[in-house]
Amino acid sequence: MLNSPQIRQQGSTMPFGNTHNQMKMKYTSEQEYPDLSKHNNHMAKILTPAMYERLRSKQTPSGFTLDDVIQTGVDNPGHPFIMTVGCVAGDEETYEVFKELLDPVIEDRHGGYKPSDKHKTDLNPSNLKGGDDLDSNYVLSSRVRTGRSVRGFCLPPHCSRGERRAVEKLSIEALASLSGDLKGKYYALKNMTEAEQQQLIDDHFLFDKPVSPLLLASGMGRDWPDARGIWHNDNKTFLVWVNEEDHLRVISMQKGGNMKEVFDRFCTGLTKIETLFKERSHAFMWNEHLGYVLTCPSNLGTGLRAGVHVKLPNMSKHAKFEEVLKKLRLQKRGTGGVDTAAVGGVFDISNADRLGFSEVELVQMVVDGVKLLVEMEKKLEKGQSIDDIMPAQK
Amino acid sequence: MASSFSRILSSKRKIQILSLVGGSVTAGFLLHRDHVSAGGVPVRRSYPASAEYPDLRKHNNCMASHLTPAIYAKLCDKATPNGYTLDQAIQTGVDNPGHPFIKTVGMVAGDEESYEVFADLLNPVIKERHNGYDPCTMKHPTDLDSSKIHSGNFDAKYVLSSRVRTGRSIRGLSLPPACTRAERREVERVVVEALAGLKDDLAGKYFSLTQMTDEEQQQLIDDHFLFDKPVSPLLTCAGMARDWPDARGIWHNNDKTFLIWINEEDHTRVISMEKGGNMKRVFERFCKGLKEVERLIQERGWEFMWSEKLGYILTCPSNLGTGLRAGVHVKLPRLSKDPRLNTILNNLRLQKRGTGGVDTAAVGGVFDISNLDRLGLSEVQLVQTVIDGVNYLIECEKKLEKGQDIKVPPPLKYFK
Repeated sequence: MLNSPQIRQQGSTMPFGNTHNQMKMKYTSEQEYPDLSKHNNHMAKILTPAMYERLRSKQTPSGFTLDDVIQTGVDNPGHPFIMTVGCVAGDEETYEVFKELLDPVIEDRHGGYKPSDKHKTDLNPSNLKGGDDLDSNYVLSSRVRTGRSVRGFCLPPHCSRGERRAVEKLSIEALASLSGDLKGKYYALKNMTEAEQQQLIDDHFLFDKPVSPLLLASGMGRDWPDARGIWHNDNKTFLVWVNEEDHLRVISMQKGGNMKEVFDRFCTGLTKIETLFKERSHAFMWNEHLGYVLTCPSNLGTGLRAGVHVKLPNMSKHAKFEEVLKKLRLQKRGTGGVDTAAVGGVFDISNADRLGFSEVELVQMVVDGVKLLVEMEKKLEKGQSIDDIMPAQK
Repeated sequence: MASSFSRILSSKRKIQILSLVGGSVTAGFLLHRDHVSAGGVPVRRSYPASAEYPDLRKHNNCMASHLTPAIYAKLCDKATPNGYTLDQAIQTGVDNPGHPFIKTVGMVAGDEESYEVFADLLNPVIKERHNGYDPCTMKHPTDLDSSKIHSGNFDAKYVLSSRVRTGRSIRGLSLPPACTRAERREVERVVVEALAGLKDDLAGKYFSLTQMTDEEQQQLIDDHFLFDKPVSPLLTCAGMARDWPDARGIWHNNDKTFLIWINEEDHTRVISMEKGGNMKRVFERFCKGLKEVERLIQERGWEFMWSEKLGYILTCPSNLGTGLRAGVHVKLPRLSKDPRLNTILNNLRLQKRGTGGVDTAAVGGVFDISNLDRLGLSEVQLVQTVIDGVNYLIECEKKLEKGQDIKVPPPLKYFK
């Protein structure tokens, strides 16, 4: 049923009607150009009428067009203080076909990463120094996540139901082969029992249908909850989300401050999963320049966010908190994740970068940075100054 | 430029309609995309219809009731001349399983041709939604002669306001789920130009959503005229909110009794309203305004989407025919507590809503009462139905005030 490829003479399966490009060509570029006057996102800063004119007649082999790429950025002008990306990829080829737009967006978003730069991948956990001794009085939990896309399938903004189901099927098969401490079980969102659902919520594993207009406007919420699911190991320390914002989101986590163990498991698990996919003739989307290819340009490279929930009630009130984070190349979020506020002085602290640094390098930054932040917190508790241990810019 | 554009479009339209009529092979334009790599091998993996068929087991909407795997297989490779596909049409119904008590339609049209190309699905959906109306065999009557209305002036002690709304689509331009930015802007341009030609009690002004000042916005909110970006997933999943607020706006006459929404859920929504119970006058203005606007766009070479079988063509199949909802805000505190209310309304072919509109609750015994039907009956017939029905409800309320009992009226005969 899901095997032989056929030539299908079909319009693209985008939900929003942007893909009938040939008809759109009847109108001039000026007539179609979006109004970005109130917009503040990376796409809006880079796109010009001339660029729009050059790119609008193109489409990827699967039929993803420029308007598809930018729809989320057109629909979501952005926030005056937070700079969103404003564009997504519908398939691996998007990053090639629309490189004129995406390269500068990537450069802007990823600290000057050039089209000629090469990204290094390093998933060897023994290269990480330390990280097993973050003070558990302060560091409540440690977590590393990334994403992976299965080559040959369209990404969540653009995939058809058939493709999404095929990705799910492949993922279930591969994950079913994991053993030892990685042995686990898959829970399809649409088949879950009430009891299973409640357990997953209590474990903080369950992901919900996206409500963010940033995601919905790009088409990632289509057909929910078809072919979406959660896999986790029996120990509940290794978790895979299937078909949420990316084909796969891979998460390693545990209570306490042993980031090394978390990263160990992360690398082992990821490498095993990649091998299992390869055994089934499927590779992950990856290239020398962009590293791992994911839906949102902000997640290119490593797609990695390594973070901790850490108690910093004093540090967070310090005037130099933001400056310290910036120097350490870290970012803060509330413990509900991105776009939430910190509660009770507990912050989610993670790496700010994704591309241009390897996985080991990024986790190292988090480990070293959090160590320093905890040190600072302890000093402030005692009423001491932290000026002498201010870090240099990483 | 507009007239040559529309001439090109109308000649294209004839060819496309001919091709649609020409049998199942050409019914629906088989969209061909050249997505092959240099080696001539198709790059995108494709799946048979059975692998793409949506999971509708938990769904309760008209689309889900009628989309069989066989119909899906037949239609999934087709597209309208503009490139609109079945998957796009049904996306809102796939994404919104529905409510166990309210049966939503679950699909939309991306353009006029959708109703032809996807007729195998849309016809049974229309039949279910519109009480057995069969587009294959029936004709829809259009009647905007307001002089035929009688007894249309309600007791203002009960009726707080009267309103008639409908929608109109501009032929040749795609509908909100599918339109490009340029098409949407063209709709705005065509309609705004036409409205500028309205005179006397219909003379008015256009407020573009992108350019409105804060004061204008507040005034429109206070007048209850302003529409907001849709939040209902029924609408957003169909793609109607794309590029908001580009090319959206509100036009109203200086008297604030005639109002047009541009590029919300339809190309245009036309509303006539006033405080009090003079429904006849509201409907008179409605008909006059509609006819004037139609004349003004025809002068410029455009026309409304309309067909003999479906009447006025709108985005949602539930609004075909007249697209008309004539309603009042009416105080029925005693009747609202009577358990027979729903039966009475049903027999009178009326529906109740809260005064915030669809999906809101009634406050203080004040209901929004309007016609249930849209297709198969003319505008005059529907407005008369509302008038007769509301008069009956007021009589019931008066009886209950005097401690008398009320009777449930027999069900109205329908076009069947």
